[in-house]
Amino acid sequence: MKSLLKSWRTTSASRLLAPLFIALCYAQAAEAHVNKGEGVSFLSGFKHPISGLDHVVAMIAVGLWGAQLGAPAIWVLPVAFPLVMAFGGMLGLLGVPLPGTEFGIAASAIMLGAAVMLKLRPPLAVAALLVGFFAIFHGYAHGSELPPGESGLLYSLGFVIATGCLHAVGITIGLVNRGTWGQRAVRFAGAAIALTGVFFLYKVVS
Amino acid sequence: MMRRFARFLFPNLFASAICLLLPREAAAHLPTIGLGPVYDGVLHLFLSPEDLIPVIALALLSGQRGAPFGRRSLWLLPLAWFAGGMLGMFTGSGRGATLTFVSFLLLGGLVAAKARISLAVLTVAAMLLGCFHGYLNGAGINRYDDGTYALLGLSLAVFVVVALFASLVVPLREQWAQVAVRVAGSWIAASGLLMLGWAVRTAS
Repeated sequence: MKSLLKSWRTTSASRLLAPLFIALCYAQAAEAHVNKGEGVSFLSGFKHPISGLDHVVAMIAVGLWGAQLGAPAIWVLPVAFPLVMAFGGMLGLLGVPLPGTEFGIAASAIMLGAAVMLKLRPPLAVAALLVGFFAIFHGYAHGSELPPGESGLLYSLGFVIATGCLHAVGITIGLVNRGTWGQRAVRFAGAAIALTGVFFLYKVVS
Repeated sequence: MMRRFARFLFPNLFASAICLLLPREAAAHLPTIGLGPVYDGVLHLFLSPEDLIPVIALALLSGQRGAPFGRRSLWLLPLAWFAGGMLGMFTGSGRGATLTFVSFLLLGGLVAAKARISLAVLTVAAMLLGCFHGYLNGAGINRYDDGTYALLGLSLAVFVVVALFASLVVPLREQWAQVAVRVAGSWIAASGLLMLGWAVRTAS
């Protein structure tokens, strides 16, 4: 015993390894099953709109069009769009069949992009109806693609916030719509969005 | 060589054996966070979006209507939350948790519409919200332990959240800032609509 203790004191390897052994023996609480992946739910919801170019261009077009139309459309569209989109998402969650979802999403980019390009100024109710109609298709796609096992609330919050942020990006870009060159730039962006929509429509049809 | 190996091995085995004689509680599924019941309650609110977001929505709604409305929510909501929690702690079963979408939908919709509600309507809304969510919280709290302290922490956290958000909104005068509040309400209502779909889907 005495020799063991002596060797314990003198062996440098022991001095290094002993704390490691002690640490390994003092197991702490694992807490391996907490939180249920809720952070992942929010992130997957947040990534859903921004990871698909078809959603991104349509959301930015809504913001651009709102900026072109000015008040009150600039705030009516971003307030109304999430609500109608959520209604579409609810239809998707409930499994209500909505034919032509991808067609509607591609058409939204074409129509909204063309509205920006042509600088259309319909009455506010017509603009809100058009945006709301297309919002149903976007929401339906989000709702029907909710991954199994995710938190519905956090996924919903994620994609509603991401959609709102895309609108804000569109409105911010639309702020250049003041001078002649700024107005041309916004209309050019609308044309690019409409062309992107044509590409997505081609993919859907083919 | 063998002697050097033995000199290395035996002392460590001895130390390890002593350590193994000092067992610790594994607690692999530890339900508490070790901060005490009051802080458990405080953290519960900030870690539970289904409770936190309706509180924010009511605070935004109060702030939109002005300082008297904010003051009414500031005191009434925490008290109703505590009362509902006590009721839930002793009688609750936790049923009805799926109905939290109603809070999202109604309060978010009112904020998005910038509804000009009366003080009486706000009072009823605050009482209903506090009692309902507090009841659900209370039903999940251990009544024989430190549940009252946890409810106290929850109510204090509700007080702080209402104070922060209502006082943020009350002085807003710029149009863009008021629109931002309405957009936030729209997002909350949209989440409520999706929660409704989620609840129906889960139930079916």
